[in-house]
Amino acid sequence: MDFLQSVRREWFSNIRGDVLAGLVVALALIPEAIAFSLIAGVDPKVGLYASFCIAVVIAFTGGRPGMISAATGAMALLMVTLVRDHGLEYLLAATVLTGVLQILAGYLRLADLMRFVSRSVVTGFLNALAILIFLAQIPELINVPMAVYPMVVAGLVIIYGLPRLTRRIPSPLVAIVLLTVAAVVFGIPVPNVGDKGELPDALPVFLLPDIPWNLQTPMIILPVSLTLMVVGLLESFLTAQIVDDLTDTPSDKHREAKGQGIANMVSGFFGGMAGCAMIGQSVINVKSGGRGRLSSLLAGVYLLLMVVFLSDWVGLIPMAALVAVMIMVSIGTFSWQSIANLKHHPRTSSLVMLGTVVVTVATHDLAKGVLTGVLLSALGFARKVSQVVTVSSRLEDEGATRRYTVTGQVFFASAGQFLDAFDFGEVIEHIRIDVSRAHFWDLSAVGALDRIVLKFKREGVEVELIGMDEASRTMVDHLGVHDKPGARQSPAH
Amino acid sequence: MSVKPYIIPVDGRVMACLDASVYSNPVVDHAVWASRRLSAGLTFLHVLDRKPSRRPEADFSGNIGMSTQSDLLTELVELDARNSKIAIRQGRELLNNARIRAEQAGIATPDGIQRHGALADTLTEMESKVRLFVIGKRGEAADFNTGHLGANLERVVRSVHRPLLVASRQFKPIERFAIAFDGSPTTRKCVEMVAMSPLLKGLPCLLVIAGKVTADTRKALDCAKEHLQGAGFTPEEVVVAGDAEQVITEQVNGRQIDLLVMGAYGHSRIRHLIVGSTTTAILRNCHIPVLLLR
Repeated sequence: MDFLQSVRREWFSNIRGDVLAGLVVALALIPEAIAFSLIAGVDPKVGLYASFCIAVVIAFTGGRPGMISAATGAMALLMVTLVRDHGLEYLLAATVLTGVLQILAGYLRLADLMRFVSRSVVTGFLNALAILIFLAQIPELINVPMAVYPMVVAGLVIIYGLPRLTRRIPSPLVAIVLLTVAAVVFGIPVPNVGDKGELPDALPVFLLPDIPWNLQTPMIILPVSLTLMVVGLLESFLTAQIVDDLTDTPSDKHREAKGQGIANMVSGFFGGMAGCAMIGQSVINVKSGGRGRLSSLLAGVYLLLMVVFLSDWVGLIPMAALVAVMIMVSIGTFSWQSIANLKHHPRTSSLVMLGTVVVTVATHDLAKGVLTGVLLSALGFARKVSQVVTVSSRLEDEGATRRYTVTGQVFFASAGQFLDAFDFGEVIEHIRIDVSRAHFWDLSAVGALDRIVLKFKREGVEVELIGMDEASRTMVDHLGVHDKPGARQSPAH
Repeated sequence: MSVKPYIIPVDGRVMACLDASVYSNPVVDHAVWASRRLSAGLTFLHVLDRKPSRRPEADFSGNIGMSTQSDLLTELVELDARNSKIAIRQGRELLNNARIRAEQAGIATPDGIQRHGALADTLTEMESKVRLFVIGKRGEAADFNTGHLGANLERVVRSVHRPLLVASRQFKPIERFAIAFDGSPTTRKCVEMVAMSPLLKGLPCLLVIAGKVTADTRKALDCAKEHLQGAGFTPEEVVVAGDAEQVITEQVNGRQIDLLVMGAYGHSRIRHLIVGSTTTAILRNCHIPVLLLR
């Protein structure tokens, strides 16, 4: 019953909306799939087959109804070297392996790790992605006939101007159709999609990737697949979150990970490249009224039908029209708000965001960028928390004892500060250190406490530790040396 | 189906679920009746189960600009907010009207509460404080002409473990009641619960049996009658051959029965998928209130 109910809700609760949104999405997917194939350095049909397979499979296996997945720029950027050095067959194998890894990630519940990816890293990810998509269009704008430039501008004017007149037809489609017609009718000599490689003229067929089965192959594809897995899941989880927020409905991130894996495996076996969820397309889908799984399924089906039956026409689309669409995607992906936010957001957050962007753009690898961002935010957090330690002191027992009271978090980043707060020069008989309101987190904290105790002992001072809370005590008991007879030096640092 | 030891709730309130359907007033009346019979407090509940709003007009422009995502989010949130506010106001009005109606009928200080969430989940959460739920046969979301039950009702029947009084279209003072009996553990439990509860005490009672009476059923039937007599009832029995749904509906209509007591969903879910359940069919065809016991 519950299964049937969820099927009804996820598939058939919004049929009209999903049917129309699926069409809008399919029309938007075609130029993107072609453009991303060109980024990866493969024939347009590889991206188109991938988009078809992924959109259709994920409709059934995904954990986020209403989200659109297909061939993406983030993934395409990671394949460039593999395709250039080893060719398409290795890419297909890497795609299948990516799928396997993502399924594993689903079972290992890797989505839980997303909580370490802070908001600033996510913003950085989006901005870097937008910049890379834009940069990928530059080759289409250099050393090309002059006619390309006015065509790109005309495309952008239609894309952003037409919705002011009517919102009933997709403006990117109108831009593509008008520019194609203009190029053909007036015989404008500009490069078109047909010049860039083979378009699909048949339905995709199942094929095993033609690669040598030896030890070298995994060495070549595994690093690529690992990065593809990470970036694919990152963008998918991120997009799922956006769709969750837009529709105010929950998603199953672990199911999504497995779903992405299955979709990529299928894509690889049917001659497609690896893909993941698409932020822009998912937003377009929701905007067009898509909510259920049906919209993703139909987007895939429409896409394949249009491409297979209109392949002659698709080949005539001028690259300038595609560039205009991709500029739109890049503008839509970039978080423009984040630039205004630089002024009043905390400096650490801005640093994390910019760090993510800089590393990604420099390496063309979103995984490296995100890793940088995560590390930077961890460092920033450690630095902030390290300021949450205070040591105060007062004299007790008529001047015979000094009592130090430690509060806050003692760990590697605050250990030095903690150490400096004690006055070792004072001549006194007895020292009492009250740590009942402090937390000792790691070896560095324990080491610092050891040094303090040993230092006082050497000055001939009696040291008494009190109020050590249970957590700190266990740590000290396990790691420390100061309470053991004959201790001279802590091994902990 | 095994019967778990059932603890009959003897404290807790009568909780009536209201929505903007034509069942709202009858639900209040049934709840008032139950509350007085049980001498239990009365709480009215309005659950706001928000469905995601649809945008008023389609946007197939298919482009994304500098702030499409945030604009879209703002727009959808505002749409939902507007609808939610209206729903809350409507619900508050429903609750106020219900309270006035109950007070006029002599109930002291009936409560009114509003909750966000799905109806079945909300009721399950509140179960511990409730002795009897009262709900309309169809909700505002159910289509009237089809004769189908509200989808919410079926979910509620399956998920709550308290007795559930399903209100009919119009409240009529309850003077005679019937118990649908087949000798199964579930129906035996029903008899026990009726015997122990003050809800129907003193009313004429009819045991309706569909189909042949085997030796086992006879034994169960005698046992049930004894039980009821012990509690001060004067049970009669009627045995009619035929299909349970049809027999029960006919007997209830033909003998001026005002309330039917039955066990809820005795069949497995698999069977229900294929043939639909007797409970659903009887709920649909009997035009009197039905007391469902789990």
